[in-house]
Amino acid sequence: MSDIRLDDKLGTAWRKPHFVKNPTLRWTLIAGFVAYMIAAFMTIEVDWGRVYEGLDRGWAFVLAFTSPDFTSRASDIWEGLLESIVMTVAASVVGILISIPIGLGAARNIAPLPVYVLCRGIVAISRALQEIIVAILLVAIFGFGPLAGFLTLSFATIGFLSKLLAEDIEAMDRVQAEAIKASGARWTQWINYGVQPQVMPRLVGLSMYRIDINFRESAILGLVGAGGIGATLNTAFDRYEYDTAAAILILIIGIVMALEYLSGIIRAKVQ
Amino acid sequence: MPVREQNGTQIWHRRTGRESLVRWFGWLLGVAVFVYCWQIISASTTWFFVWDAPRIANDIWTRATPPKWEYVTQLGRPIWDTLNIATLGTLIALCLAVPVAFLAARNTTPSGLFIRPIALLIIVSTRSINSLIWALLLIAIIGPGVFAGVVAIAIRSIGFCAKLLYEAIEEIDQSQVEAIAATGASRWQVMAYGIVPQIMPAFAGIAVFRWDINIRESTVLGLVGAGGIGLQLSASLNVLAWPQVSLILLVILLAVVISEWVSAKIRGAII
Amino acid sequence: MLQLKKLTKNYKTGDQALKSIDLEVPKGQVLALIGPSGAGKSTLIRCVNRLVEPTSGEAMLDDVDLAKLGSGALRKARREMGMIFQEYALVERLTVMENVLSGRLGYVGFWRSFLRRYPQSDVDEAFRLLDRVGLLHMADKRADELSGGQRQRVGICRALIQNPKLLLVDEPTASLDPKTSRQIMRLITELCRERGLAAIINIHDVALAQMFVPRVVGLRFGEIVFDGPPDGLTPEKLTEIYGEEDWEATIEKIEDDDADIEAAE
Repeated sequence: MSDIRLDDKLGTAWRKPHFVKNPTLRWTLIAGFVAYMIAAFMTIEVDWGRVYEGLDRGWAFVLAFTSPDFTSRASDIWEGLLESIVMTVAASVVGILISIPIGLGAARNIAPLPVYVLCRGIVAISRALQEIIVAILLVAIFGFGPLAGFLTLSFATIGFLSKLLAEDIEAMDRVQAEAIKASGARWTQWINYGVQPQVMPRLVGLSMYRIDINFRESAILGLVGAGGIGATLNTAFDRYEYDTAAAILILIIGIVMALEYLSGIIRAKVQ
Repeated sequence: MPVREQNGTQIWHRRTGRESLVRWFGWLLGVAVFVYCWQIISASTTWFFVWDAPRIANDIWTRATPPKWEYVTQLGRPIWDTLNIATLGTLIALCLAVPVAFLAARNTTPSGLFIRPIALLIIVSTRSINSLIWALLLIAIIGPGVFAGVVAIAIRSIGFCAKLLYEAIEEIDQSQVEAIAATGASRWQVMAYGIVPQIMPAFAGIAVFRWDINIRESTVLGLVGAGGIGLQLSASLNVLAWPQVSLILLVILLAVVISEWVSAKIRGAII
Repeated sequence: MLQLKKLTKNYKTGDQALKSIDLEVPKGQVLALIGPSGAGKSTLIRCVNRLVEPTSGEAMLDDVDLAKLGSGALRKARREMGMIFQEYALVERLTVMENVLSGRLGYVGFWRSFLRRYPQSDVDEAFRLLDRVGLLHMADKRADELSGGQRQRVGICRALIQNPKLLLVDEPTASLDPKTSRQIMRLITELCRERGLAAIINIHDVALAQMFVPRVVGLRFGEIVFDGPPDGLTPEKLTEIYGEEDWEATIEKIEDDDADIEAAE
């Protein structure tokens, strides 16, 4: 402590200590980052002429937002949107229902080891596979249409919700659950009285959040033939019908905003 | 707690008669909606294909195994492109998300009435639309390629990063900001000394988190022509080269696992 | 030097936090502001450096009316007033040295402060102050690694490096244990004497205030109800400030404490 003397410090410059203390490591990291950035920029082929040409189209698209065309493809838009909503609702219901038992099974503090391993395995697979890849495979297996989309979203919901539910159960207050157990409750009663009240608000919140995600995802499943508004949107882009595309995007943004608003209200209510 | 008299004894019910009626009706409505949704899905499904699904799945499986290992030599460049799309997209998004977040946070916005709603609109509209749709749009505007992918990922990530960041800004300890302001610091100095150090950990966490998500998303951007390994996936699917598809899926899975591991490591090091 | 004239603060909620306060603090005088929670102590000192905007009235620092300054002039005026906070209010993720140097922010330009290139005279002064409060060896530690008492010392350094005329001190000991509280109070009063600074110290610990300051001002519901030397705080006066309680014990305790300290030193 006393080996640092004021007289030694006075007149010496002060520099903020570096975040990475080891200078070799610090410079290696900086050099590596710079080298990567150079390499990355070198290998990106940008056709600036094409980009420049595109600016007009980009501007046309921005303008399209001021005059979206809801009418000329109204029936396509309506059908696609309805299909998206239907897939969202059905997949959310089924996904939430399935993810509750799997979530219970994936919580280490209430499930026996074999069940835990099995459920965690399901969660890991579901999370590792992206929606769009699952959709491609399911379309190949079940054919085109909303069934593949519905299954995709259900599967993705399970991975998302089970994991978060399990983490929530693992973080719950042990004492409350033990008190119920001490009253001689059987396992189902214990879950119902000791665990459910603690995780319910968060489960509702997460479910609402997932419905929101499911709707957003349902908008792209149509790109690979799994139903929903995506197909209509893709066609609109292919035909350069920016005003129709703008109309669809506005509808998607509007619905997502409405869902977020709704979920905010519901979350505030259950908490 | 409603208690009713019945035959001279007091009976406890969890809810009043009216409450339980409303609940019961709510459930009925929910079930009806679900059944309706299911019927729509069912109506647009070719059930013959569904009954045939196990055979088709089996068929695809036999064709896809074993993966065509030697094809991996052609995947080096696509993987590199995928990494670049995710990384550069994330960096660009972060640069744009920071100002948006400061404009959107209640305690730092210059004008709650005019600028904050605009910032929030940017956040919600970029966030509601999937990166695949942004990619579709950008391809229509600036043509296919890695650059469209980078921009698509960047736009999609602005809203996500800005939302988490502005929530972090709203949660900072205001007394530290006050203390800096009390020294006579200017507006920018208050920001650099009072606010930025407090949100740095959140910022780093968000950056790594979003990078991880972007790796996943950029693997499939190629499906619509925006570069990366998805291009190979799409090409292989089009010619039904299942052994290549299975290899690509394995590579994507590996990339996702590695990126998740890296992001977990970095987040652990920061916090 | 500091003169408050009819200083009033009404919050938007309709609470009248300060009711026309008149107060004069001469150069070099250390003053303790006591009163129950919600009496307006905190609002009063925040109205002086305008972390809270006063509704009406004047706050004259020498010849400048602080209440009427524009933002540029206010920044210049704030440099003359160092502030010390209850929960230290250090920027926890910055180092001790950065926290101390942040007191110079009103004097250096943005890029200099952003790149941490402070003038050598500032750096030397920071070292001197840290040495004075016994924390020189901690200069490169992060602020959140420090104990409460150490953090408050850093807070004091940050206020003093501004080279102020006046210190505004908001509950400096509220989060500290009794021994550290006294050390901090002693440090603040000593430093004020050394540098000839005036200070307004908000404090809810009456005994501690009586121990260290020559003048006590009692605030109740936004009004000054007592102004005088610490031994003028009779049980009747304390009742007027805080409400009915048995005050004899508090006053006796002070004497005991003094005896303890003398015995210990």
